[in-house]
Amino acid sequence: MNRFSEFMLPPQKSTLAEHTDALFNFVNVTSIILLAGITFAIIFFAWKYRRRSENDVTPVITHNNKLEITWSVIPLILVMIVFGWGLNGYMNLTTPPADAYEIRVVGKSWLWEFHYETGHVSVNELHIPVNRPVKLIMSSDDVLHSFYIPDFRVKMDVLPNRYTSLWFEATEIGESVIFCTEYCGTAHSNMLARTYVHSAEDFITWLETAGSADDDLPPAELGEQLVVRNACNTCHSSDGARLVGPTFQGLWMAEREMQDGEVITADENYIRESILEPNAKITAGYQPVMPSYAGTLNDRQIDAIIEYIKTLSN
Amino acid sequence: MATNEATSNVKRIQVRRFKPEEYPEKHYLNEEKGIWAWMTTVDHKKIGLMYLASITFFFFVAGVLAILLRTELLTPARSFMDADVYNQVFTLHGAIMIFFFLIPSVPAALGNFVLPLQLGAKDVAFPRLNLASYYIYVIGALFTLFAIFTGGVDTGWTFYTPYSATTGGNVMAMTFGVFILGFSSILTGLNFIVTIHKMRSPGITWNRLPLNLWGLYATSLIQILATPVLAITLLLLTMERLLGIGIFDPALGGDPVLYQHFFWFYSHPAVYIMIVPGFGIISEVISTFSRKVIFGYWAIALSSLAIAFIGFLVWGHHMFTAGQSSLANMVFSFLTFLVGIPTGIKIFNWLATMYRGSIDLKTPMLYALVFLFLFTIGGFTGIMLGALSVDIHLHDTYYVVAHFHYVMMGGMVMAFFAGLHYWWPKMFGKMYSEFWARIACAILFVGFNMTFLPQFVMGAQGMPRRYFNYIDQFQSFHVFSTIGAYVMSVAFLIMAGYLLHSLLKGKRAPSNPWGSRALEWQAASPPPLHNFHHVPVIINGPYDYHKPMSEFQLGIAASHNGHHHHGDEAVKVEKSEKEQA
Repeated sequence: MNRFSEFMLPPQKSTLAEHTDALFNFVNVTSIILLAGITFAIIFFAWKYRRRSENDVTPVITHNNKLEITWSVIPLILVMIVFGWGLNGYMNLTTPPADAYEIRVVGKSWLWEFHYETGHVSVNELHIPVNRPVKLIMSSDDVLHSFYIPDFRVKMDVLPNRYTSLWFEATEIGESVIFCTEYCGTAHSNMLARTYVHSAEDFITWLETAGSADDDLPPAELGEQLVVRNACNTCHSSDGARLVGPTFQGLWMAEREMQDGEVITADENYIRESILEPNAKITAGYQPVMPSYAGTLNDRQIDAIIEYIKTLSN
Repeated sequence: MATNEATSNVKRIQVRRFKPEEYPEKHYLNEEKGIWAWMTTVDHKKIGLMYLASITFFFFVAGVLAILLRTELLTPARSFMDADVYNQVFTLHGAIMIFFFLIPSVPAALGNFVLPLQLGAKDVAFPRLNLASYYIYVIGALFTLFAIFTGGVDTGWTFYTPYSATTGGNVMAMTFGVFILGFSSILTGLNFIVTIHKMRSPGITWNRLPLNLWGLYATSLIQILATPVLAITLLLLTMERLLGIGIFDPALGGDPVLYQHFFWFYSHPAVYIMIVPGFGIISEVISTFSRKVIFGYWAIALSSLAIAFIGFLVWGHHMFTAGQSSLANMVFSFLTFLVGIPTGIKIFNWLATMYRGSIDLKTPMLYALVFLFLFTIGGFTGIMLGALSVDIHLHDTYYVVAHFHYVMMGGMVMAFFAGLHYWWPKMFGKMYSEFWARIACAILFVGFNMTFLPQFVMGAQGMPRRYFNYIDQFQSFHVFSTIGAYVMSVAFLIMAGYLLHSLLKGKRAPSNPWGSRALEWQAASPPPLHNFHHVPVIINGPYDYHKPMSEFQLGIAASHNGHHHHGDEAVKVEKSEKEQA
């Protein structure tokens, strides 16, 4: 049983996972028993009552009230058990403890932003403390997304113009994958993030130092890291490959034709504008789909990314 | 019909036996000739065949798209197509399979052919409307093809807003195509309901109506009640894109979840438009090939209506994670479980029909048994998804993909194949190779399970649906699933082979190769243009295998329509018949 469960499901890393898994296993076991019975009946009847001659006479059995009531009532009882069990788990899933630690989540095509109480914003990295309820308050900047951590058995759609929330309590230190599960366009399947579960002390340390850790890096190197950390590379390659957006290679000071026919030079001001107001100028042949990084990246970080793009000029 | 003119409740009619003509020289396929005769025909059988040809074409197209998807998914990253192409391909696979194949497959293709025959009628109630519904289907299909070749559509078959209101491509032509298609579905449903009410032969009371017709009746009710909601939804979506009216777009003050409510208010009942007529076929096939009275006639008939009714009240189970209230989720979850009960009742009734039967494992029966197995899995996994806490984990993963393929392909498509092989001799007057048909069925069964069983595991492990790239841990499941899809395509090639061979060189079919008691088998194979040369009179239920065949071949004795008679053995049976209301 345990091995079956381990094969079918991801590891249980939240307090809620066990309840969900128990119901999953109950439905599976009950179904497999019933399916085996039905399959046996199909095969047994097909063999035992196979046609022996064209003149076979079959009995007239039109109905049987006792039998029919039995096979209506027993499944009804079973599904009501499943209903109650599922509802019970669901109420736990939707009722966060009052003291839950709150983190703000913003879904954008195609990245996840996490805003912490200190004002720090991390992209595609959710840092949380272990053994403490965490409540995510989520919204989208554009289309529908859905926030899903399989290891925690939690999922919730993320909508524009409306807050949705989910909560969980991680039970072990480590990493877990985060998926977007509501189809959101080209790079839907690249809208991945990771959860980093820290011990309580490590989390506080991380929160205090996050954002200042990069202070002593040279700008171009910092820029290279920021491009990865902020998921710029989901849509912009550094090696000339065409992804959703134009590549960074050879971008610096290049002459580019915009959608409206205007030709611009990719200088500091253009790159800065493209980060903060991506839809102000759209390169011909590309879609206006990039989310704004205003509020996510500070001036120093934008400078660093520009420095990094300069190093890719050839 | 003759008896409708009666004034008293009880009417005595003279009947005699009409044996079906064997190997007729003239039949509906050759009585009128030329392409123009086909295009302007109002014959329900020919219209059924035109639908059959069209849905076969779309099944082929969407099937090829499925093979492309599975091939792309062999590797976690890009294999041979770009993400944007992939997104278009899965959208088209879903949209074409659902709107152009599954929804019209049984009602419009098989249903059109068999419904008047099972009623002993010469045609449907509104033959011209029937032809019109076919052309509406074709126009809808042309719009869709136009959309594909002018930018494509990458919204998923669900067209969720706000993505569908903002993405590029030709979403409008696609939704407009589906909008038009809806009218075809509504007209077919309307036609069937009127036909079943008004055109039953003398003696076909409501408790002698073949279960296939109960299935089609329930389906038709859903078609005319639910499809208009889809039409409204798609119209609003079109206006949203075209005029920016802001019903669904949050940037304009709209509500994207409202779209999901509208959409699933149609599309959940639509699932039952697809599966309920399949139930009808399975009832016919299991009874015929067990040569036994169906067990629980009324339970099966009424459970179809119950499913049709409850099916209208469960749309919210597609939205457990969408942000609707906990109370709504609770109610929808509860109602969802209630649909499971009539469905389970059907499965037990079919099994009980086989008990002490005389079972002949011909191809239609094999497909029916495959249906029972696969559809049961589809049903159980539906229970899993109805459970709120578990659905939170499984929602929008491959588990859901596997579940609906078990229901739609394992259930509906297998039932369609059961019906196709069952009625094939009636449609074309030809037999197919039983050997190759069984081989193809076996390969299809193996390939199907190879394709979709691993998807349950991946989904439970967390693999989201509609993913172009995926994380490495899922690759072995994807590879296995893809191989399964290739195995299935072998089965389809074999099927195409023996069916084509049957059409061209097949042995001629007798009028009733399966020894069925149902009325359509008392017409010649293939039937004449107007189905019966006489007015059939029914004195037994369609599954009364304990009654002699001669009692199923009665017709009104008086020759009132000038047609010549084939039944030369005039049995003078006089029966009192309750007049149908």
